[in-house]
Amino acid sequence: MRRVVVTGLGMVSPLGCGVDTTWKRLIAGESGANTITKFDTSDLPCKIACDVPLEGEGAFNRDDWMDPKESKRVDEFIVYAVSAATQALSDAGWKPSTEDERCRTGTLIGSGIGGLQGIADTALILHEKGPRRVSPFFITGRLINLASGYVSIQHGLKGPNHSVVTACSTGAHAIGDAARLIALDDADVMVAGGTESAISRIGIAGFAACRALSTSYNDTPTKASRPYDKDRDGFVMGEGAGVVVLEEYEHAKARGAKIYGEIVGYGLSGDAYHITAPAEDGDGGFRSMQAALKRAGISPSDLDYVNAHGTSTMADTIELGAVTRLLGNAVEKVSMSSTKSSIGHLLGAAGAVEAIFCLLAMRDSKLPPTLNLDNPSVETKMDLVPNVARDKEVNYALSNSFGFGGTNASLVMRKVD
Amino acid sequence: MSDIGERVKKIVVEHLGVEADKVTDNASFIDDLGADSLDNVELVMAFEEEFGVEIPDDAAETIQTVGDAIRFIDANSN
Repeated sequence: MRRVVVTGLGMVSPLGCGVDTTWKRLIAGESGANTITKFDTSDLPCKIACDVPLEGEGAFNRDDWMDPKESKRVDEFIVYAVSAATQALSDAGWKPSTEDERCRTGTLIGSGIGGLQGIADTALILHEKGPRRVSPFFITGRLINLASGYVSIQHGLKGPNHSVVTACSTGAHAIGDAARLIALDDADVMVAGGTESAISRIGIAGFAACRALSTSYNDTPTKASRPYDKDRDGFVMGEGAGVVVLEEYEHAKARGAKIYGEIVGYGLSGDAYHITAPAEDGDGGFRSMQAALKRAGISPSDLDYVNAHGTSTMADTIELGAVTRLLGNAVEKVSMSSTKSSIGHLLGAAGAVEAIFCLLAMRDSKLPPTLNLDNPSVETKMDLVPNVARDKEVNYALSNSFGFGGTNASLVMRKVD
Repeated sequence: MSDIGERVKKIVVEHLGVEADKVTDNASFIDDLGADSLDNVELVMAFEEEFGVEIPDDAAETIQTVGDAIRFIDANSN
């Protein structure tokens, strides 16, 4: 199998537009959580979210990334994806110019939900004004694979044009599947990741209805996302996109590209248990991690850092149990943190954004913290990097993503010298 | 007529993102203003909304230029 490395990173996050801005603020222990102001929350049990900043540090300006004529026709998840993909391609210095280069460069960007806001808005138009008022761009601005579609069109990428929809595992599956397309010689370069923009009245109402969101911290939003803490009560919804440029190793070396790390392991599994809750014994997550390590050809003790799924829900302890079981005696050597404590849960974008954090942890020998971890709900010998970032050399990192429907994905990344 | 013309041109500028001076009566949506078939559907919907007229599909197909739109609306609006 051909080796696959990461040569470009792009991100839109609740800590700002851009990888550097986000990483700097993440390491500084900042939170992206705010009181929701863009729609009425008076009748919603959850009134907070980690939204992408539109002003101040790292402000996101949609007109910087897409022609306003196009961007007004699509939901925000597509604009976020185009932004993150454009950043990643620029970071990688990869601008396919020949027909062969274009045909060997593909896209695989997913989303958990896609254009929720646009679907909700159009349903009202249909109801109030009838079908003749439904926009010809209603479908194309909401379809999940149109994130890949727009990136492909905007950058002239004619290789595989693919997408993935696996709830909160989407970003990890997208990167894992795209890496396999390169390994199997279907492409030399893939622009891969996840994107999400579900912070809307209907999105908050829906996730609150299935009792997934934090509702006790409406007055102190930055305290709400607290993975592993005994006072956690649900996740805080985030939004944004994470996109990486994956590249075949020799292809990257030949053009002198900088290499953030190698995708050495990818594991997938299903819980076959419940639509929202993970199996109590954490077996699905365990098998996903185990499969990723097997593919990487390393033992659990080789890991230095795990970026947890850790959503700040009851499921945190199940994941911690599975990781503890996986690590065995190595549990004291490996550190694990949940960056959702800072940026919230980016749903379909989470796995991609968190894989990028693993690569940056490797680059800078720096572990991002788990904020608000004041009183762990269970005893553990594991270092959960509470509240403050920590220096640590990272040669191997694992990122977990678990989604509704019982879908699990784990990625293992390795530092390349 | 001139009022309708100005309102039609304003809609065209907004929806197609083109310079106002290119939106002449003789300008073809597709050939001169860069529209595609979906843009045309959206434009017709915007005209219907703005002027309270119904533009059936067979009539919409005959509206090729800015002037065609203005003439149709002028003849069919109250």
